[in-house]
Amino acid sequence: MEPPPAPVPTPTPMAERATAVVEHVAAEAPEARAHAGDTTIRVDVGLLDKLMNLAGELVLARNQILQFAAGQQDTAFVATTQSLNLITTELQEGVMKTRMQPIRNVWDKFPRVVRDLAVACTKKARLEMDGGDTELDKTIIEAIKDPMTHVIRNCVDHGLELPEVRIAMGKPAEGRVGLRAYHEGGQVNIEISDDGRGIDPEKVRDKAIQRGVITPEQAARMTERQLVNLVFLPGFSTAEKVTNVSGRGVGMDVVKTNIEKIGGSVDIQSAPGAGTTLKIKIPLTLAIIPALIVTTGGERFAIPQVSLLELVRLEGEQARRGIEMIHGAPVYRLRGNLLPLVYLGRELELPAEVEGTPGWDAVNIVVLQMDDRQFGLVVGGVNDTEEIVVKPLGKQIKGVSAFAGATIMGDGKVALILDVVGIAQRAGVVSEVRDRGLSKSDEHTLDRHDDRQTLLLFAVGAQGRVAVPLALVARLEEFARRDIETAAGADVVQYRGQIMPLVHLSRLMGGERPGDPPDPIQVVVYTHEGRSIGLVVDRILDIVDEAVTITRDGGRDGVLGSAVVQGKVTDLLDVRGVVHTADPHFFTPPASSTGAAAYALGA
Amino acid sequence: MAETRQFATFFLDGLFFGVEVLKVQEVIRYQEMTRVPLALPVVSGLINLRGQIVTAIDLRRRLRLRERPAGELPMNVVVRTDDGALSLLVDEIGDVLEVAVDQLERAPETVDARARELLRGVSKLDGRLLLILDTERTVNLQDEPVHDREQAA
Repeated sequence: MEPPPAPVPTPTPMAERATAVVEHVAAEAPEARAHAGDTTIRVDVGLLDKLMNLAGELVLARNQILQFAAGQQDTAFVATTQSLNLITTELQEGVMKTRMQPIRNVWDKFPRVVRDLAVACTKKARLEMDGGDTELDKTIIEAIKDPMTHVIRNCVDHGLELPEVRIAMGKPAEGRVGLRAYHEGGQVNIEISDDGRGIDPEKVRDKAIQRGVITPEQAARMTERQLVNLVFLPGFSTAEKVTNVSGRGVGMDVVKTNIEKIGGSVDIQSAPGAGTTLKIKIPLTLAIIPALIVTTGGERFAIPQVSLLELVRLEGEQARRGIEMIHGAPVYRLRGNLLPLVYLGRELELPAEVEGTPGWDAVNIVVLQMDDRQFGLVVGGVNDTEEIVVKPLGKQIKGVSAFAGATIMGDGKVALILDVVGIAQRAGVVSEVRDRGLSKSDEHTLDRHDDRQTLLLFAVGAQGRVAVPLALVARLEEFARRDIETAAGADVVQYRGQIMPLVHLSRLMGGERPGDPPDPIQVVVYTHEGRSIGLVVDRILDIVDEAVTITRDGGRDGVLGSAVVQGKVTDLLDVRGVVHTADPHFFTPPASSTGAAAYALGA
Repeated sequence: MAETRQFATFFLDGLFFGVEVLKVQEVIRYQEMTRVPLALPVVSGLINLRGQIVTAIDLRRRLRLRERPAGELPMNVVVRTDDGALSLLVDEIGDVLEVAVDQLERAPETVDARARELLRGVSKLDGRLLLILDTERTVNLQDEPVHDREQAA
């Protein structure tokens, strides 16, 4: 699906912007400039850092007192601790605020960067900034300065086309580079966008294959968005010519590493010809974070709440049955999606007791989010959530990628903070190259060879459940009903600059459902040699990973046969047959219509 | 007049060691430690030193001495380094001694090469030898053998 166009900030010419800033300052100190010195003072950053540390200590002491007070009967004491609790929280917030700076402090130098670079590349560029007031912790501001500069230079140098080219494409001669920052869910989002030529996924793919980063087979299965995100791999540059600005192959990977170092994430979306948007998500502050405390192998660990999605506890029968193995890799079915499991105890090489191995009577799964991916961390026990103060690790331990830092718990003991990304990398949940596909669950099945196959399940009219091998599915799309047009008497939609015919499976297989047709329609896109055809289904149900055996022959239009999938009878769609029926010229040369080979069924 | 310096002394497996007293921040008795999985074997754990998290290094392991017998609790000699405080785990604490630094002699070649690297010299006191540790080298774990199962992630 094409990314939604980046919200266009109100175009404000730079000059106006500058005056707006001045007015803003004036408004803050209404008593005229002479008194400005009375309301603000300059403070040494070192002092602020010290205050921050002390506030952190106070939070810890508060946590200890709270634990102690929980066992006390004395109401006066309990009341005092409660007020101490409140004051500490407020103090901590106040101190935190002293370290906050508007992101504009970094942005202020960008207009010049863009202008100088545009002149150097003989391009015309305009920088639009929105949300410069968004505040971030000073350390974070420092950390994002360089990555952002790099990305902006990229936008101008690679992204924007030359004015002649732009005019020829019907775009204004002046290119637009947009900066936008806003708060969302305790995080700060920064978007850097341009309306240039975008990233060509084909080019990225060719380059990736040429460099041996991915195999052609892997590439064939990757979505456009995944392909575009390959630019974050080290040593990757699609620029045809190396300039003194960019195209040197160092860059986006460094941007990604730097952002991830401060607990953020980067995502890139691009529409060829229309522009590129880079989205950075970063935490507000690094110093005090909410975290979930878990235990494993007798040790306590803190998991930063930002990466936490949910907790799953399996008991009794569920615990014994819930965890299944794919080629030695444990997985759990979380609402129909396969969740790869990582055993914390095993990953950290903690001695002996490994909680949650199949056979235990209770399994605690902490579902974690990492970039676009999810995985389940199996831990021994789940304690509580707590505000923890992040303390750095000494250099003697820094090399251990599994930990992001340490903290002091309410009882005065030290607990390590898990680095979710590091753990995932250790466990092989991320192999850098593979990214989320059609669903979160397909990736770990793609490269494992066993007799199972991944099937996409969907509902079609009265037919009920129909399955198709996921390998045959190029994409899943949604189209609004009003986007359906008619060509030569058949329904079509415009799709990626092509006209894609639609096949209504319910009509073809019989048994259209009564009532209003659904809007938007769900379409399974099948691609063959650059041409696409859309199979309209009623509802996408699930993606499953199962060994299937055809138990009954089809004999009906579009059905290869039936099989039992997830304990229910499911028709297996004859994709090629269906496509052939709908468009006899789709396959050139005409291919055999059965397509049975695609269902390389359980050996 | 020979130049003398003060050294804080301690015992490890019957041997008598000293570190420059100016490098020592404090000496504290045994603290409960948090193990660090996957870390180097010489890293015993982390201790909470009044809100500061300090890495504790097992000096016996660092110097290739015998393991401390189970049940014997080590003491912490907290030293200042460029990278913040660091705790050296020792068996027992001795006195602060004044030692003439120009009388130090290099440890003979027959001493375990790794341990010898960490020694600045040997001071010949009456009746016993004082092994002077080079704190900088002692806390720099770069040459430590990596945890055999730890893979570069």
